[in-house]
Amino acid sequence: MKPGELSAGENELRAAFLAEVDRIPGGDRLRRCIQCGTCSGSCPVSREMDVQPRQLVGYFRAGDLTSILRSRSIWLCASCYACTVRCPAGIKVTDLMYALKRMGFHRRVAPQGLPTWVLAEEFVRLVKRRGRNHELALLTRFLLRVGPARLLGMVPLAFKLLRAGRLAWRVPRVKDLSGLRRIIARAERMEPDYVREATRFGAAVGYGALVERAPPRAG
Amino acid sequence: MKYTYFPGCSLEGAARPYDRSLRRVMALLAQDLEELPDWNCCGATMYMSVKETVALALSARNLGLAERRGGTLLAPCSACYTTLLKTQRCLKELPRMREQVEAALAEAGLPCGLSVPVRHPLDVIVNDVGVGAVARLATRRLDGLKVAPYYGCQIVRPGPAFDDPDWPTSMDDLFTALGAECVYFPDRVRCCGGMLATTAPALGEELTANVLDCAARNGADVVLTTCPLCQINLEAHEARGDGRDPIPVFFFTQVLGIALGASATEMDLHRSLVPLGGRLRAALGA
Repeated sequence: MKPGELSAGENELRAAFLAEVDRIPGGDRLRRCIQCGTCSGSCPVSREMDVQPRQLVGYFRAGDLTSILRSRSIWLCASCYACTVRCPAGIKVTDLMYALKRMGFHRRVAPQGLPTWVLAEEFVRLVKRRGRNHELALLTRFLLRVGPARLLGMVPLAFKLLRAGRLAWRVPRVKDLSGLRRIIARAERMEPDYVREATRFGAAVGYGALVERAPPRAG
Repeated sequence: MKYTYFPGCSLEGAARPYDRSLRRVMALLAQDLEELPDWNCCGATMYMSVKETVALALSARNLGLAERRGGTLLAPCSACYTTLLKTQRCLKELPRMREQVEAALAEAGLPCGLSVPVRHPLDVIVNDVGVGAVARLATRRLDGLKVAPYYGCQIVRPGPAFDDPDWPTSMDDLFTALGAECVYFPDRVRCCGGMLATTAPALGEELTANVLDCAARNGADVVLTTCPLCQINLEAHEARGDGRDPIPVFFFTQVLGIALGASATEMDLHRSLVPLGGRLRAALGA
């Protein structure tokens, strides 16, 4: 390939990302990035990121979304919005991170040793089933999947919360669950067709080697 | 004033003291709270990481329920507060997304609720009730109490917010008027680590420790928070121990309630995971 030319897979991935960006209010401001690095400097976790927030835009411009989706960076973002409020170009960096999380999640690309996507998946399953989150159930399910040994480490805190009357064994569900599920089902039909895209783009950019987890069960 | 109250999932769990103290504080301030019937999870940061249209529809269901009732929606959890506000802004700015979410909500016969005012209790207490009015209603001075007001992220960001995104002062104003001393606390909006406490514990721990070290260095007796996730992250860190005297971490409403004459038990001070020191007990009547 000539310099500056992108593979078919990267081109498709790029189109998919731009389509995602189009679904964020003001998402097109991405094009105005001046690479000043205010986002990286404001980010409380950028020192742990393999690709800095500023570099994410650079990688994208260079046509390398694959490296972005492989990076720890997007799943380290804790949504504190420090970058978003400070960006002189008005780029909604945090919302771009969400778009990248969704892309990685549905293409089954995740960095090693950073299971934020597992927490997201379990959260979605719980909320779909009950309409509300249940802290204890969420944490237990998450730790059972990523490292049951860590459950033991949580016992002292759980015991203290229990003694303080702050550990809820049960919490109420939404009463109109059928109405809620109809809303979710209808909204899901309007999401981009992630699964079809994942198969198409995944094969094209060689994600096969990166798949390190079972297919998402969040549906 | 009448408010529709959206507690959010955390306030039924570890953040029960926030729920209890907020209800009592609003009653003491003669504000009327009515819980939003059959509210659901706002989606928080997690649903948005998986599915966007569904995340927006989930959040908008609450707005729709609130619109039916009329009045202002009060959301004490910073994540709920920001999610609800962001949903409104997103649907106002993107007509295509709005149509999709409207179609989804129509399945349950609900409107989108784009015109419902969404407020945080700190905003309402400081700006509507007013710092002066709260101070006049107070029956107990917080003299001698050294407070580190911790705002966290999502109450002031991404905004536009009711206070400064980098250096908010609402809590400082409120507690200074009640007689407390708000210590120098530059980490007031620094990230507590959020979900990283769960997904990347070593890093989460470091972020939480930074905030608490800053409070300890500046001599705070107590850290006050406005968010359930900040609260549990900070308090769990103190409960594990950090080689110095642990600092209790309360919701701002718990200490505000004390100033307004509620008892320490009513404000759930005994549900703290770390012991309250003598100075603090004296200042709070615990």
